Amino acid sequence: MSEERYAVVGGGLAGLMAVIKLAESGKNVDVFSIVPVKRSHSVCAQGGINGAVNTKGEGDSPDIHMYDTLRGGDFLAEQPPVRGMCHAAPGIIYLLDRMGVPFSRTSEGLLDFRRFGGTLFNRTAFAGATTGQQLLYALDEQVRRYEAEGRVRKFEYWEYLGFIQDDEGACRGVVAMDLKTMEIQSFPAEAVCMATGGPGIVFGRSTNSIINTGAAASSCYQQGAWYGNPEMIQIHPTAIPGEDKLRLMSESLRGEGGRVWVPSDGRAGLPPKGQPWYFLEERYPKYKNLVPRDVGSREIFDVVRNMGLGVDGQDAVYLDLTHLSAEVHKKVEGVLDIYEKFMGQDPRKVPMKIYPAMHYSMGGLWVDYEANARHDILPDSPRQQATNIPGLYAAGEVDYQYHGSNRLGANSLISCIYAGRVVGPAMIAYAKSRPEKRAAAALPSTVAEGATARWRERFEQIRAMSGAENPYRLGRELGDLMSERCLIVKENSKLEDGLKKLDVISDRWKSCNVLDTGRTMNQAASFVNALWGMIELGKAIMKGSLLRDESRGAHFKPAFALPKPKTHKPTDDPEWMAKWKERNDKWLRTTLAKHTPSGPEISFEPIRSLAVEKPILAPEPRYYE
Amino acid sequence: MSKENVVLRVKRQDGPQSPARWEEFSVPRHAGANVLSVLMQVRENPVTASGQKTTPPAWDAACLEEVCGSCSMLVNGRARQACTALIETYSPNGEPITLEPFSKFPLVRDLVVDRSRMFESLKKVRAWIPIDGTYDLGPGPRMSQKTAEERYVMSTCMTCGCCLEVCPQVNTHSPFIGAAAISQARLFNAHPTGQLNESERLHALMEPGGVADCGKAGNCVQACPKEIPLTTSIAEMNREVTWKAVKDFFVRDSDDHEKKDAS
Repeated sequence: MSEERYAVVGGGLAGLMAVIKLAESGKNVDVFSIVPVKRSHSVCAQGGINGAVNTKGEGDSPDIHMYDTLRGGDFLAEQPPVRGMCHAAPGIIYLLDRMGVPFSRTSEGLLDFRRFGGTLFNRTAFAGATTGQQLLYALDEQVRRYEAEGRVRKFEYWEYLGFIQDDEGACRGVVAMDLKTMEIQSFPAEAVCMATGGPGIVFGRSTNSIINTGAAASSCYQQGAWYGNPEMIQIHPTAIPGEDKLRLMSESLRGEGGRVWVPSDGRAGLPPKGQPWYFLEERYPKYKNLVPRDVGSREIFDVVRNMGLGVDGQDAVYLDLTHLSAEVHKKVEGVLDIYEKFMGQDPRKVPMKIYPAMHYSMGGLWVDYEANARHDILPDSPRQQATNIPGLYAAGEVDYQYHGSNRLGANSLISCIYAGRVVGPAMIAYAKSRPEKRAAAALPSTVAEGATARWRERFEQIRAMSGAENPYRLGRELGDLMSERCLIVKENSKLEDGLKKLDVISDRWKSCNVLDTGRTMNQAASFVNALWGMIELGKAIMKGSLLRDESRGAHFKPAFALPKPKTHKPTDDPEWMAKWKERNDKWLRTTLAKHTPSGPEISFEPIRSLAVEKPILAPEPRYYE
Repeated sequence: MSKENVVLRVKRQDGPQSPARWEEFSVPRHAGANVLSVLMQVRENPVTASGQKTTPPAWDAACLEEVCGSCSMLVNGRARQACTALIETYSPNGEPITLEPFSKFPLVRDLVVDRSRMFESLKKVRAWIPIDGTYDLGPGPRMSQKTAEERYVMSTCMTCGCCLEVCPQVNTHSPFIGAAAISQARLFNAHPTGQLNESERLHALMEPGGVADCGKAGNCVQACPKEIPLTTSIAEMNREVTWKAVKDFFVRDSDDHEKKDAS
């Protein structure tokens, strides 16, 4: 048996796929997760997974999937990895099918596909309305198989604290804390993959699980890993507002025919008073209710806040499925059940009341890629999914790649699994390239012990915090501030002020009270530590938002938005096209955030795959008819 | 009783060896609140109803929409997820709500228990499809939508533990594997590829603590938040296991025959 041992942090789709690839190659893997991996946030994905299998006679293809994805993200993503993902997608869906995922079927017994936002094709495979749960379980089962063989060790209820860094700056393993006993230990590894998901809880309430604090990614960032496109935060158009969480109502509800409307107030140009006004269908006759998420969210915001047409004067519009058949209702049962359970109304009979909510981070840890001259991703390159820290990798929502400035629905599951599939071999290639540095054998014990000692000391300090601030209340304030300043509409004056307020929150953090000094499942101590990471990450998101003076995808600054073109198609308006080009020349760049003790240092770096003579796809104006 | 506040009575225990105690919390009541949102309010001001400072109670949670299975606990004695336990339902007139940890699993702290035995059981019944590899090997077997739907329902099991908590056969003196794992065996046996390893799963269910230990109380199916037909799964696995035992008795190497049949 090989002695090489790798570490994967996070047990969602990306992490588990990475584990499977490593274990399948005969490597030993330690997987760390703050919850049993089967409870990771991937379970919350509802609608489906994209892959251009083209079983509906529509002429769909992986290249069109790539085009939709790149255009949907307004060309901010590096292109070869996106191309790699879209071309691998059909094979990944078949792999999941072989693993036993109970995908919905056609009458012929083949996989069924539904339509999602930002495309005109039926490209989304689905398992009821809990596709993420079903995919996660399939990968969890495969990992359990390797666990039973002794190939994989699971550290569940263990929290990642930081990576072990050697004198040359390379990552040599992880430091983690057992959340049951609060014991801190080091785990040397040949390479480490972060697969810790998004930072939803930085925004307080979002569609994310409460475990998605972003603290692990923030810890990497604070240790020197670059963070890409932090300001690109997706707002999902349709969620149920709640005290503790904004619960997602999947895009599949619209994919299956759900319609978004508000009662008209009878003003000029709208239907008679009281009649439904299907504003998305009217404004986007081709894509209708399935415009991309940023577009949908802004339209709902416009109708509610600017036009004052929110249902009953509230922050809400109707998402209506009452006209659909019982058969269709069954296809999305899991989502409808959530609505009924929390709202006490049957959405089959009464239109749902929904509003946009923070949902996903396109930005994340910066990762590299390597492609050949034909733009093919090189499967055995150690550079795939590698952060700027040697030996530290990232995959899944925690990486910044694949979605540009806006993610298309049902592309998250495919990007997680694809990145996990790529990262495993890359980590192995990395270890192979430096045999003299085999982690367990060659790592001086003082390096690992030093890392453990630093974190133990840090937690002793946290345990001694006895100030007046309640960390949970401070976390709520952070979330309110971030949600108010960094979501649907951004304004520079508010962002500048927001940065100052974040500095105040940082200072107040130092006066936190740990609330609990115990050594058994001390959740408050863990949260106090995570909260610091959330604040640091919040600063990168706020500052990236401030400095990117344009509108692109989910990042919307009305003060810097391009005017409306004079022609139906923007490409027919040369004046507009000149402005569009000028904007792209300046801003079609990756935001790179580097951590410094005095705050994030932001630069805008060229997108490498666009800097070549012939990119895969030349950028074009992003508009939806 | 007041409708202005929510009152929670929480069974506290600092660790498995520590004595248990009850603490009462009273926080302002918000529309649409659930047990977890109230626990979040409590940790923002961890003071008991009588004004005593205390530590925030420990509880498990992740998704808050009843799909991850984390937040199982006893709410007024009923095994369920706390996230969907709406205050309006449990306390229409301001009645106090009682929270206790599950009783059939080792306690970690307060409302958190260790359910790892459930994951271990999934290993026992080999709850996976033994795929050849993650390479591109084409699509899986064709399947009718009816089979897909039947499997889907079983596959929504989130290992939350409600079915074990309410089962009279599950206790510290019994090795009974419980409904969840038995139903997972059925899930994988119902898949054309999974069926190839059917006998491994059936043999696992023949062992002590297997399907024969079910006492047919039927509590599991009523407690399951995902409405999985657990008693149907148990009955079917019982039948299969019986057939398997008969076959094993009369046919030497019956597994080998099955493998040949399948190939």
